[in-house]
Amino acid sequence: MNSKAGSTFGSDGATDSSAARRNSKKPKYSKFTQQELPACKPLLTPGIVISTFALIGIIFIPIGLASLSASEHVVELVDRYDADCVPQHLRDDKLAFIQNSQTNKTCTRRLIVPKQMSSPIQVYYQLDNFYQNHRRYVKSRSDKQLKSKSSERETKTCEPEGTTGDGLAIVPCGLIAWSLFNDTYSFSANSKSLQVNKKDIAWQSDKKHKFGSDVYPKNFQSGGLIGGASLNASIPLSEQEDLIVWMRTAALPTFRKLYGRIEVDLEANEEITVVIQNNYNTYSFGGKKKLVLSTTSWIGGKNNFLGVAYLTVGGLCLFLAMGFILLYVFKPSNLISWLYCGLSLRL
Amino acid sequence: MAANLGLFSDPSPPPPISGHVPSSRRRPSHDRISFAPDSSHSASSPSALGVPARHGSRAESERLAASQRDLPDEDARLVVVGDAPGTAEAAARLGLGVGPAGNAVRTGKYSVLSFLPRNLFEQFRRVAYVYFLVIAVLNQLPQLAVFGRGASLLPLAFVLFVTALKDAYEDFRRHRSDRLENNRSSLVLGPSPLPRFLPKPWKRIRVGDVVKLLADDPAPADMVLLSTSDPTGVAYVRTTNLDGESNLKSRYAKQETLARTPEDGFAGVIRCERPNRNIYGFHANLELRGGRRVSLGPSNIVLRGCELKNTAWAVGVVVYAGKDTKVMLNSSGAPSKRSRLETRMNRETLFLSVFLLAMCLIVCTLNGIWLVVHQNELELMQFFRKRDYSGGDEKNYNYYGIAMTVFIIFLMAVIVFQIMIPISLYISMELVRLGQAYFMTRDTNLYDESSNLRFQCRALNINEDLGQIKYIFSDKTGTLTENKMEFQCATVGGVDYSGGKAPSPIETGFYSIVVGDQFWRPKMLVKTDPELAKLLRNGGETEEGKCAREFFLALAACNTIVPLILETPDPKQKLIDYQGESPDEQALVYAAAAYGFVLVERTSGYIVIDVLGDRQRFDVLGLHEFDSDRKRMSVIIGCPDKTVKLYVKGADNSMFGVIDKSINLDIIRATETHLHNYSSLGLRTLVVGTRKLSRTEFEEWQSAYEKASTALLGRAGLLRTVATDIERNLHILGATGIEDKLQKGVPEAIESLRQAGIKVWVLTGDKQETAISIGYSCKLLTREMTQIIINSYSREACRKSLEDAMAMCNKLTELSPMAQSSTTAAGSGRIRLALIIDGNSLVYILETDLQEELFGIASKCDVVLCCRVAPLQKAGIVALVKHRTDDMTLAIGDGANDVSMIQMADVGIGISGQEGRQAVMASDFSMGQFRFLVPLLLVHGHWNYQRMGYMILYNFYKNAAFVLVLFWYMQLVHEDK
Repeated sequence: MNSKAGSTFGSDGATDSSAARRNSKKPKYSKFTQQELPACKPLLTPGIVISTFALIGIIFIPIGLASLSASEHVVELVDRYDADCVPQHLRDDKLAFIQNSQTNKTCTRRLIVPKQMSSPIQVYYQLDNFYQNHRRYVKSRSDKQLKSKSSERETKTCEPEGTTGDGLAIVPCGLIAWSLFNDTYSFSANSKSLQVNKKDIAWQSDKKHKFGSDVYPKNFQSGGLIGGASLNASIPLSEQEDLIVWMRTAALPTFRKLYGRIEVDLEANEEITVVIQNNYNTYSFGGKKKLVLSTTSWIGGKNNFLGVAYLTVGGLCLFLAMGFILLYVFKPSNLISWLYCGLSLRL
Repeated sequence: MAANLGLFSDPSPPPPISGHVPSSRRRPSHDRISFAPDSSHSASSPSALGVPARHGSRAESERLAASQRDLPDEDARLVVVGDAPGTAEAAARLGLGVGPAGNAVRTGKYSVLSFLPRNLFEQFRRVAYVYFLVIAVLNQLPQLAVFGRGASLLPLAFVLFVTALKDAYEDFRRHRSDRLENNRSSLVLGPSPLPRFLPKPWKRIRVGDVVKLLADDPAPADMVLLSTSDPTGVAYVRTTNLDGESNLKSRYAKQETLARTPEDGFAGVIRCERPNRNIYGFHANLELRGGRRVSLGPSNIVLRGCELKNTAWAVGVVVYAGKDTKVMLNSSGAPSKRSRLETRMNRETLFLSVFLLAMCLIVCTLNGIWLVVHQNELELMQFFRKRDYSGGDEKNYNYYGIAMTVFIIFLMAVIVFQIMIPISLYISMELVRLGQAYFMTRDTNLYDESSNLRFQCRALNINEDLGQIKYIFSDKTGTLTENKMEFQCATVGGVDYSGGKAPSPIETGFYSIVVGDQFWRPKMLVKTDPELAKLLRNGGETEEGKCAREFFLALAACNTIVPLILETPDPKQKLIDYQGESPDEQALVYAAAAYGFVLVERTSGYIVIDVLGDRQRFDVLGLHEFDSDRKRMSVIIGCPDKTVKLYVKGADNSMFGVIDKSINLDIIRATETHLHNYSSLGLRTLVVGTRKLSRTEFEEWQSAYEKASTALLGRAGLLRTVATDIERNLHILGATGIEDKLQKGVPEAIESLRQAGIKVWVLTGDKQETAISIGYSCKLLTREMTQIIINSYSREACRKSLEDAMAMCNKLTELSPMAQSSTTAAGSGRIRLALIIDGNSLVYILETDLQEELFGIASKCDVVLCCRVAPLQKAGIVALVKHRTDDMTLAIGDGANDVSMIQMADVGIGISGQEGRQAVMASDFSMGQFRFLVPLLLVHGHWNYQRMGYMILYNFYKNAAFVLVLFWYMQLVHEDK
């Protein structure tokens, strides 16, 4: 009797409450809507801060030292020749000298190797004040045309070097290709000629995917104004490695581009003779031309910046870690309030 | 059939009343609507021939014209109700001026054709989109195309498309709901020779139609009640759709219109105000055929959307339809506020624009310099190649001279650096706020179990301001307290009866009345004082007994409460539920019922009260409603023994002014003492008085009352004068104490807010003692606080008390550093100040030069309590703080009297409680309980502010990083040459 009464009451209550729940606008509980999802936020306690700084310092300083020493071991030989390679009597009008196709542009330079250079020795040419990144220059090329023979006529983006005066398509078109660097270097040491290997100076991917093996130069440098080197019309573009290197435009106005490699060691104080064909016109805009011989290391060429940057950051972190340790030992409350300030600023 | 044609298809029935035309021409601004009631002029309604009950049309038209001339108010609308037996009701006719709206509502914004241009126009009103568009257009110029042409259009097109899609969907839904709404049908008095109520879709209902509502029907338009199923003309409506209040409100049909059923013929002209937004006001009068005028007020009108309840049917005439209805006029959203963070951001954006411009100028200047320097080299420079040799003739290649090139570079720089102006940030902020609103509404901590209400974000753009609140201005009643009144004690005839104990249903102490074989008892039980109950039952003819009976009779009679009889599972028992707009009155009527004075029935003409088992009918001859100037209400009752009595109840300070002090001085004294005790307990007090009216007095009053209540203009003022004239020389009966319960968690919430450094000010309409006692009970005030009370009645006195208060403040603050140094550990050595100021003093302080001083004092005090303040003063106090500090202010309240304060404050919060929805309508956020302020401000507000601030800063940083990298690259490249 009792239990029956109880059960009916209970069931009544249940239906009541379920009805209430249906009508209720109470938001459903979920950890997301209550913003109770697990989260972690590093607390800037002295321990964590000091050990983080110390760790960064300990990791960065060796990296910095290693890259600095690697950079120090790189031997680099730079020779600026643009001014000296103009005959004495023509130096007042360099432009006339360089524009005249009749003048003899051959120029001989003697260089002393400062330290022993082990092969492979990279040969670069360096241009200054040459804005390969200029917008109108950068855009003046047609990647489609370089890639495939069928897109030969796609020269719209190449202006003003898209077509010849007769409307024939120039291959490769555009200002970049037109202005191809055309100085040449030949090296000899101890009156024995040094072979410069010009194979594999361009990126493999460029050769394979960006420059077609069935695309041959056509109507190139046939206009009224010659910008630079001509190309052998019987060699496909994918084999024209100088062009491929040149077409990878530089980001800054001072840049080096690979010319080739010398695959013998050079001894210290050895004298190298370079015969330069000084053809390229940088005189019209006051640019400089330099020849660079350099060995390489695992960080590339000679560059101290990376090492210095690592050392600075690492040193600073280590210094801060030390400072915080000292502060923690002598005035712990000060440090905690500092860190708290930092925390509240950060948020 | 012909009649139907007359109603629906004839668009231009001739003027029904010829006299109208010239007068309307004189005043074209008039709305004139008529039910073509007159057959002799209505050629298009052939069925109107032979109208027996028709007066001469000429006479009627002249009378109408005359009444129109009488009307001093240009802004009136005229509704002619004409319906006679055998007369068709022709279509409602428009006047010569601007016609009234049809009842079709249209909330949709666009049509199929207008969608594209209008939507695009709406979207491009946002500055962000215009900026995007300008950038995209710049990108289309071939000389500038920095990014791909299509690519630059894509994001804008996407955003426009998505927004348009959203708008289209919303509009489609609006159209659909409009269609549903417009096609609902109501019974409208048909035009046939045998007038019947026929269903008619809402969209065809016109102003002037007579509509019949059945129980539970919603009203299709705003209509004036003509008659109801109730013989006394009462109809109960639920206005949930309108203001969210769920209690029943009573509406009355006038006695004059009640007598005739609509089929019977009824003609008249209603002159009413032009459509306006005021839901709670309506002024009109009805001119009957006999030339009698009947005044109509807010209690005679049923607004669109209200549902008829507890009434079998009601008939009314439509006065406002469609978009003129009050509910449609009120459907606009809350006023938009702009968040402080956004204001700040706009300033930063302006700065960034200058920065952007400067960067572009630097870039193009440097470019110009470079061009000038290299002017002669440009032609042969391999990477520039000024000239194009490919064609036969030499021409420049993309070179337009230095000036033009520099200008193009400038535009290009604008495109490249465009991201510096974080326009997309505005859209991100909207999204973030949407997410925050979602989190706030879905927070179970902000859900109110008792009212089943979630938190509501009504304004989406000030979420983060919640985290910066420094001042909270709170209403008391309904916000800090529950506004559920409980009768606690009474003083009758100078004797205090406060020994009540909680009733238990088993106890026979509670009162029920016998009706036939049924027992009726009040729904709510009130604790009764046994001594007082005994006095009532046995006191009989003693002076105290009579006084007590009068007292409870006054409580039962002097109100606007409507008793509703509810069924209970037990067929023999019924519950009496007292419905009314004022919770105080409910508490008093329940109390009277508990003592044996049970209000059983109320009609507009009489009330039935069961006086200790004896049912008596009292005629209600007049009623002066409560207003905030008089602070009292009164009824004039014709008693069964043919005497006429005036019962008045009201706030004590207003009542003691009208009580006859020449007699019963000791009772008055004793009552005053008791009142003081009650209010110091935190009880709300009301004083009850009475007076017997002599025949002549009554007649004088009656004529004045009739005149005042039929006036169209200034009626409220006239009625007030009539009321003040009669409410005098009262005989004191006693006073009541009603407990106003604190809401759950209020003291804790106030403590938390105070710990968070937020100042809480309480602004209340209650009197000083009540306010202070509530202040103590919610821990706003503590015993250690020094109270500064400003309570003056003149400008000079105010100035003086302010100066004194200032001096005291300074003295105490000078003292406090010493106190602090001596009790540093406790930290509470500072003397805490509380300022208590009343509305009378504020009259002399606000809006004058004294308010500076008030602000000076108030900012030194920890707590400020303002009592007896009017709604506008509340706003004034908020403005006082808002305009003098940079701190954010928040106002929280629940009633109509808090609306101005809520709108004035930086953040307005409405409590959806007992006092209706007006505060919620005006607010930016609404919630169920005061204590939700703590999680709202300290959790959500904090997070909202922090996250929004972080996002904005990060966005600025990100943009700067992105743009400055490009900028420095350009500089670096240029420096090298």
